[in-house]
Amino acid sequence: MTTTENTTRNREYDDPYAPSSHTDEGRVFTVTGQDWDSVVTGVAEEAEERVVVNMGPQHPSTHGVLRLILELEGETVTEARCGIGYLHTGIEKNMEFRSWTQGVTFCTRMDYLSPFYNEATYCLGVERLLGIEDEIPEKAQVMRVLLMEINRISSHLVAIATGGMEIGALTVMTIGFRERELCLDLFELITGLRMNHAFIRPGGVAQDMPPGALDQIRDFIALMKKRLPEYAALCNANPIFKARLQDVGVLDLAGCMALGLTGPVLRSTGYPWDLRKTQPYSGYQDYDFDVVTWDTADSYGRFRIRLAEMWESLRIIEQATDRLAGLEGAPVMIGDKKIAWPSQLAIGSDGMGNSLDHIRHIMGESMEALIHHFKLVTEGFRVPAGQAYVPVESPRGELGAHVVSDGGTRPYRAHFRDPSFTNLQATSVMAEGGMVADVIVAIASIDPVMGGVDR
Amino acid sequence: MSPKEPGEFPEVTPGSEPDATDNLPENTLPVNPDALQPEVIRVRQGMFGTTGSGDTSGYGGLVRPVTMPGGTPRPYGGWFDEFADDFGTGLAEAGLPHAVEKVVVHRGEITLFIRRADLLEVAKLLRDDPKLRFEFCSGVSGVHYPEDAGRELHAVYHLLSMTHNRRIRLEVTCPDGDPHIPSVVPVYPTNDWHERETYDFFGIIFDGHPALTRIEMPDDWPGHPQRKDYPLGGIPVEYKGATIPPPDTRRAYN
Repeated sequence: MTTTENTTRNREYDDPYAPSSHTDEGRVFTVTGQDWDSVVTGVAEEAEERVVVNMGPQHPSTHGVLRLILELEGETVTEARCGIGYLHTGIEKNMEFRSWTQGVTFCTRMDYLSPFYNEATYCLGVERLLGIEDEIPEKAQVMRVLLMEINRISSHLVAIATGGMEIGALTVMTIGFRERELCLDLFELITGLRMNHAFIRPGGVAQDMPPGALDQIRDFIALMKKRLPEYAALCNANPIFKARLQDVGVLDLAGCMALGLTGPVLRSTGYPWDLRKTQPYSGYQDYDFDVVTWDTADSYGRFRIRLAEMWESLRIIEQATDRLAGLEGAPVMIGDKKIAWPSQLAIGSDGMGNSLDHIRHIMGESMEALIHHFKLVTEGFRVPAGQAYVPVESPRGELGAHVVSDGGTRPYRAHFRDPSFTNLQATSVMAEGGMVADVIVAIASIDPVMGGVDR
Repeated sequence: MSPKEPGEFPEVTPGSEPDATDNLPENTLPVNPDALQPEVIRVRQGMFGTTGSGDTSGYGGLVRPVTMPGGTPRPYGGWFDEFADDFGTGLAEAGLPHAVEKVVVHRGEITLFIRRADLLEVAKLLRDDPKLRFEFCSGVSGVHYPEDAGRELHAVYHLLSMTHNRRIRLEVTCPDGDPHIPSVVPVYPTNDWHERETYDFFGIIFDGHPALTRIEMPDDWPGHPQRKDYPLGGIPVEYKGATIPPPDTRRAYN
């Protein structure tokens, strides 16, 4: 159509980094961040203040593959909209074609910064449908809490680190990822993987604690108690940091309620809503910790909440570690042999593999065990028909899995209410009326993880 | 369930003249007696998963109805009864005596099946009544039951009352031929993206939504991927000489 003609007409701005073309909506510049001269000259010629900027989905400051469509008057944002879907992988659909246990392998990949929460909410839903909520062994519950809280620290560290990076505080980024590495080392030690663990299974957890893990966790706690104050020293009273964050991305309690925001954003309004306290799961009522709130409802408050929540998580990890020390050798999987995942792994001379004791048992000692192993691994267990929704408090807010069973060996439907997805809707109200630079801060304070948004 | 015409809502017919017992607290939530039966959503045939038959070989051509939990009669237990009383009173005051099709209490969770024409009013009542005060909506999730004639598409809402620390579930159904459900965005603005997602994946049209467009899939995507008749896709993968078929064509024990 006319686009080609217009493009050729605009060859005077023949800039390889910022070519321009005409559309019905006006002139379009494609900017790759190399050379802004042609944009500046071009916009000046148009003599129009209103510019629509498409930011992302590949942009270092949009917190993931998030596309922002910003309408600007000068440097003020008049409208902000999100474009999502760039990381949609059909995880929910895929789970309908795998067994209930295999579903964990998929949902752990959604919100890749808080894999244990994805697994936990799904498994809690499946366990409720199975009616085995009261039969989960204590050690499995404590291990779930332990892993979830280490995960909360690692997730908050990334939130603070990437948020800092996006406003230019690169030291916050480097030390954030340094500490996160310690968390991932613990995950690797306990589950064998740094991410995508599939460790929490319906009925319990996949494996017992490895030898020496409790000592390493205690070392980690001691080290974190030295390291966490560094963040406070770097940021809390830093005038540049405060100037960038304070009174930016404000959303009050009424706004949070209407838009369904949870997690640090909701608690930054001063409302102490934390599902670990209000609707405890996995035995959270047995731990001593506080719900952190702030009263400014802005990005700075959310940062301080994340910082303080890491201290609370450390408290929970300490208590969980002490409890685990008294649970040596206790079962980590439900006793019901019709549900419990039968396979066992062990560390051999060539790394982790099938436990030879288990192989000896099913091949040489017990025909029943062999049948159970075969049936559960190939066919899986059946879950009575019905639906369940058991949300957990993920680092970003209420994460829940709506699990529907039709009585078969596969989930009939698994839908995840991801807090990143819901919270991201607040971008418009937080960003409109502010400066472009504040959009970045506001989104960083929501801390969306696009893997969870798009699933 | 008998198939219904598209757009026709099931009439609640108690089958008797109203009498004094209708005003008893346990009758304030009107429920069709048929709704207390387990809901058969499909009949499964195959070699696996049948119980209650002497044939364990699997070669008998086993037939098994797939049933979802049926309606629950009063009392429901726990805070459900107090909630149901308040809700029933609120419905009567709002002039919506037939809004609830059935109530299912299962696994400690309460599900209210709401007639779709009344959804917006019911949501408003649940949010605004101080005794109910479900101020928080966790979004909507679609479920597709292709063989449940006349009720193929379900929209499931999880509501949370932070004031009373309670959770309920609303379920609204619509037939495939008339996939319209009123949008609750005027009451719960948080459902904006959630309804777009459910439209994207299931093709449920939420009437009254401010901008119902696809959100996850590209704008020009054909079909609605989470429906059961939409194929998963995938190609056979060869590994060490063996070919592994795509997951939706592998043997299923369902």
